[in-house]
Amino acid sequence: MNNLRQKNKEYFPCMLFLAFSIFFWEWYVKSGYVSDYLVPAPSAVGQSFLNHFSILPEHILTTMSEALVGLFFAVIIGVLIAALIAGIPFIRRVLYPIVVVSQNIPILALAPLLAVWFGFGLTPKVIIVVLIGFFPIVVNTADGLMNVDKDMISLVRGLGANRWQTFRLVLFPSAIPAFFSGLRIASTYAVIGAVIAEWMGASSGLGLFLVRSQRSFQTDQIFMAIIVIAVLSISLFISIQILSNIAMPWRKALIDMGDK
Amino acid sequence: MIESITMEDVAVDVEGVDYTYTQSQKIDALRDISFKVNTGDFVSFIGPSGSGKSTLLHLISGLLNPSKGVIYVNGEKSFSSLGRVAFMPQRDTLFPWRTVEKNAVLGAEILGVPRKVAFQKASELYELFGLAGFEKVWPNQLSGGMRQRLALLRTFLIPKDTILLDEPFGSLDALTRYEMQQWLQQIWDHDRRTIILVTHDVDEAILLSDTIYILSERPGSIIKRVDVSIERPRKKKVIHSTEFTQIKSEIFQILGSEI
Repeated sequence: MNNLRQKNKEYFPCMLFLAFSIFFWEWYVKSGYVSDYLVPAPSAVGQSFLNHFSILPEHILTTMSEALVGLFFAVIIGVLIAALIAGIPFIRRVLYPIVVVSQNIPILALAPLLAVWFGFGLTPKVIIVVLIGFFPIVVNTADGLMNVDKDMISLVRGLGANRWQTFRLVLFPSAIPAFFSGLRIASTYAVIGAVIAEWMGASSGLGLFLVRSQRSFQTDQIFMAIIVIAVLSISLFISIQILSNIAMPWRKALIDMGDK
Repeated sequence: MIESITMEDVAVDVEGVDYTYTQSQKIDALRDISFKVNTGDFVSFIGPSGSGKSTLLHLISGLLNPSKGVIYVNGEKSFSSLGRVAFMPQRDTLFPWRTVEKNAVLGAEILGVPRKVAFQKASELYELFGLAGFEKVWPNQLSGGMRQRLALLRTFLIPKDTILLDEPFGSLDALTRYEMQQWLQQIWDHDRRTIILVTHDVDEAILLSDTIYILSERPGSIIKRVDVSIERPRKKKVIHSTEFTQIKSEIFQILGSEI
């Protein structure tokens, strides 16, 4: 309880400032200093939420499915390739440079190409999210596996541990923190990756909604969509943070101790 | 009970061992090392840094293969079979993702001791190792001394008769270090397993050992064997006894000509 009160106290100035900014914005637009088709008043954005309440869930569902399915495959492929890179020196020499250089390809620029190849359905968006998310996961996880504490390996090997035991007891757990930092980065790009992929053509999704709103100069809808995207992104990030706290309870214990 | 020394009483037998590192560049680490450690003895190796002390322990544990010569642990070649000794590396090397009790039973777990048995054995020792009440805590919540004690507990819980300790108290402050030395004596007295200790602390070596081997600078070779017959248990004040100071000055003389 005490902790909560302390947190409230900490965030109070920020909240106050935000509330003040929103009031000021409302007043500024309402006073006619700026046209409301360029910048909608916060109340208009709120109204837009009410107006689109029925169609929003469908768009959210589409975009989130793309982001989550993409992230899922990014994790599977990323971890697999990381394991190969870390485990087999020959594969490291073949793949690692390609993985790194491939990051210089602007992945969003591939979106039109993917639309040509795979049409306007789920597939091209998922591929974009996979391509964006896969890199930080591979690089971080591979680093985690390769920078494992050599003394720990010696310790378990000295006790006669076999390869599987060495992996289970040392390699796997010591790569978890690195994997999660990769996943965190991937997750921040997943939602926006899906949205932008939708710009290239889609039948549903927040990206499509954004494009439609832009064409009809519905800035209040654009603002609304931006807020929705931000909230989704943050929720995803927080979910992953929670997941990583569950997977690494020893880290949380350390942070708790630091607080005291 | 007095018995004649037979082959089985020799825990570790090192015969004419050389070791040369060949990874990035050739480094002669050890040259012509031969010694025997009897079961139940406490033996220390002391020498300047880079004299190959740690390498020697890695060789005995079987993690490294001698470039020349043979090492027998309980009559079997060490390199051909890992997992014959309990080895504590220089750093505490605790696993941050395992709680204190799970770190403690790590060795037992790898060697296939049933979980229940391992936990039971560990629970009998927390008191002695000053870790009672901390079983469920993460290692990063422990003090340096406690971490070191946990690393030792983990080593002692490995069901092997020979224990190798690589500068186990190197990172501790003087006071904690002294406490740990007293306490290591106590534990050794309690189960009388063979201990081979590597240290750069002369007082520590004299305080704990039956026999001290002094290594030369790289490539390390044994330049002197010193037997310590000071009566046990050895309290802190033993450091000021004539016997102790005599041994100490002898060791320093030998080391002095090396450094």
